[in-house]
Amino acid sequence: MTFRKYLVLAGITVFSTAGDSLLARGMKDLGTASLHNLPALLLAILNPWVAAGILLLLAFFSCYMAALSWADLTYVLPATSLGYVLVALIAHFNFHEEISPTRWLGIALIAAGVGFVAAGPSFTPTHPLADADHVVPDVLSPEVKS
Amino acid sequence: MKDVHAWAAIGAIILASTAGDVLLSYSMKRVGDVGELWKQRGIFAVIARVLGTPTFALGVAAMGAAFYSLLFGLSWGNLSLVVPASASLTFVANAVAAKIFLHERVGRRRWIAALLVAAGVVLMAI
Repeated sequence: MTFRKYLVLAGITVFSTAGDSLLARGMKDLGTASLHNLPALLLAILNPWVAAGILLLLAFFSCYMAALSWADLTYVLPATSLGYVLVALIAHFNFHEEISPTRWLGIALIAAGVGFVAAGPSFTPTHPLADADHVVPDVLSPEVKS
Repeated sequence: MKDVHAWAAIGAIILASTAGDVLLSYSMKRVGDVGELWKQRGIFAVIARVLGTPTFALGVAAMGAAFYSLLFGLSWGNLSLVVPASASLTFVANAVAAKIFLHERVGRRRWIAALLVAAGVVLMAI
């Protein structure tokens, strides 16, 4: 795992969280969505909040796919859950929302889970699905063997 | 009766998003390290190889199915049931599916992590 790869993992967390928040903000302008006003739903992408949200979610998807190209699914997935923690912390420190003890416990459990995975190997070395001609360099790095 | 519908939707979300994640992960393992590919042949080679992998389209379709199941689930059940139940159970289902279908080495460390994250997601939502 290089610094650049950790940046991609951080991108998964940040882009998905920011994208969801922008979409939610935009949908507030548009009111309740229903199947009866489908044209209005299609026009939603003209709303600047929604458009920005979709762009960030595309960035999230690119980071997610990049990470899956060199790391196990069970390694990458916990990174996506850090978004829940990020939203709660932003709400707490920026918007001064109360965080209940139950939610603090939830934050602690998610953080512990992510720490558990991050401290271990990122890639199953003898990956039968990886073609021999593009085996990633990670396979050869000593951290995988630990 | 409404609960049955909500749980049916939750089951559909878990199935579809787990299938999607496994298919996408399988596809990207076949594509190989995109950072290396980008350096050697450029971004368009990366995009072409990803889109040229048939299982990638299947994975995206499964993710779409998961999204629509979520929309239906939200109209049948409570937000506070459907979102945390599907999100946390998907973490556990993904660990099982990654071990079976992707042959990932899911050791004790990753099982504990999947359970911790699943429990944490539930606690965050209540």
